[in-house]
Amino acid sequence: MDTTIKNSNLKSEEYFINMGPQHPATHGVLRLLLTIDGEIIKKVEPDLGYIHRSIEKMCERDSYQQIVHLTDRMDYLSSHINNEAVCLTVEKALELEVPERVKVIRTIIGELTRIASHTLWWGVMGMDVGALTTYFYGFRDRELINDIFEETCGARLTMNYNIPGGLMFDIHPNFVKRTKDFIAHFKTKLPEYDTLLTGNVIFQKRMKGVGMLTKEDAISFGASGPVGRGSGYSCDVRKHHSYSAYDKVNFNEILKTEGDSFARYQVRIEEMWESMSIIEQLIDNIPEGDVQVATNAVIKLPKGEFYQKVETARGELGVYINSTGTKNPYRLKFRSPGFSNLSLLNHIAVGGKIGDLVASMATLDLVIPDIDR
Amino acid sequence: MSYFGDIYKGIKTLLTGMSVTGKYFITARKGAITQQYPDNRETLKMFERFRGEVVMPHDENNEHRCTGCQKCEIACPNGSIEIIWDRQIDEETGKKKKMIDQHIYHLGMCTMCGLCIEACPTDAILWAQNYENSVYDRSQLTKVLNQSGSKLKAGVED
Repeated sequence: MDTTIKNSNLKSEEYFINMGPQHPATHGVLRLLLTIDGEIIKKVEPDLGYIHRSIEKMCERDSYQQIVHLTDRMDYLSSHINNEAVCLTVEKALELEVPERVKVIRTIIGELTRIASHTLWWGVMGMDVGALTTYFYGFRDRELINDIFEETCGARLTMNYNIPGGLMFDIHPNFVKRTKDFIAHFKTKLPEYDTLLTGNVIFQKRMKGVGMLTKEDAISFGASGPVGRGSGYSCDVRKHHSYSAYDKVNFNEILKTEGDSFARYQVRIEEMWESMSIIEQLIDNIPEGDVQVATNAVIKLPKGEFYQKVETARGELGVYINSTGTKNPYRLKFRSPGFSNLSLLNHIAVGGKIGDLVASMATLDLVIPDIDR
Repeated sequence: MSYFGDIYKGIKTLLTGMSVTGKYFITARKGAITQQYPDNRETLKMFERFRGEVVMPHDENNEHRCTGCQKCEIACPNGSIEIIWDRQIDEETGKKKKMIDQHIYHLGMCTMCGLCIEACPTDAILWAQNYENSVYDRSQLTKVLNQSGSKLKAGVED
């Protein structure tokens, strides 16, 4: 048999295939141009632009109250935290001190958003590596958080609950009870996640040693969030540049030093425990008071540049506003976590198989509308 | 030996996972969270803050509370609200007063951000909780919120 191949003119060469923009494992309209040799990946080139809505340009048109609702449509899985980022930047520029009640409510809802995002990620990531059951279990628990949001904010995904100067309206009377019920429920369900998936030997073989990212590379690629922390890079904005009520609560920054997909998986699972602990510390003593500081109907920011960063479920979201003193920003730039995390995909996927690319991409937790604004 | 060890370990972890799914297989009926939509339309009720669409409530005398101040129109980020107004003679005072002719709402353009309802000084517009907004033609999504022949409720000032 060997002789036939030797004597023929057959030779292996590199070729390229498209992964996406309609590939189920890219979760959205992300197109990856893969240069492969057999099944070994030689190069990954992400191609963006399929869901570009020029949100940053639209922000230049809108007033500061109107900008907030556009950020819902960026990273739709942590929309509340995006809203908060814009509001914090505007409040910082106006030197506005929001009431304690607002800070605490923002923190609680932000952490609920983080749990909701991580449960969805856990379900979808399991599905990517071939465990369909996780999808249903993740969505089951996320549904309860969506109910909390729907009752208080009026919407399940694009909440638009923050306004510059506070919250649009007060929390619903049922909010505290529902949140406590959810925490009690989720404390029994999160160990099931481990039983179902974490210990599974097939899952571990798919995850361990796949998509290796060293701490140096994580820093140089600008990785943030669980991706950076999975490589031992301490980058939690909540810890290092505390905002809202995070300076009043005790929580640990989860750090893993392995730097593989499994480490990133473990960081997210343990972050859900930390989020629950943060909510438990705050839910019983939400201070009384107003939920809004009166602002002018037309908000005009002083001349200058303003920057504020927050920790979304995916990493560090920065909002940069360049104001010329008018009612619209001259330039508004979002530093989205997904974009930097996508930039390291080529680095961690080269040399692996296509199946490993899917596994490492799943643990990067990419949300495409956030990358491609 | 490690070959058989791996098989043993694999089966063990498989069964550990299946103990969770098996538990739900037996108790599936108790913990079901899925809804039998659309069969449950009669009983399905949205939360009172749910943002379905913007409506303008009218009372039994066909009177609304919209003074035509256009604050909702200014607050809207994407031009979903258009107000056509006119100065008409107020029956009580005999003076000319700003009154709405048509309060046009484009549901197809609305992003449900809620800024118009926050901006309204007289609570003339509110959220409705209907959740089925699909129609056969998109022109049906452009709605005139004030009913024909309706007028401003006496005493409402912004």
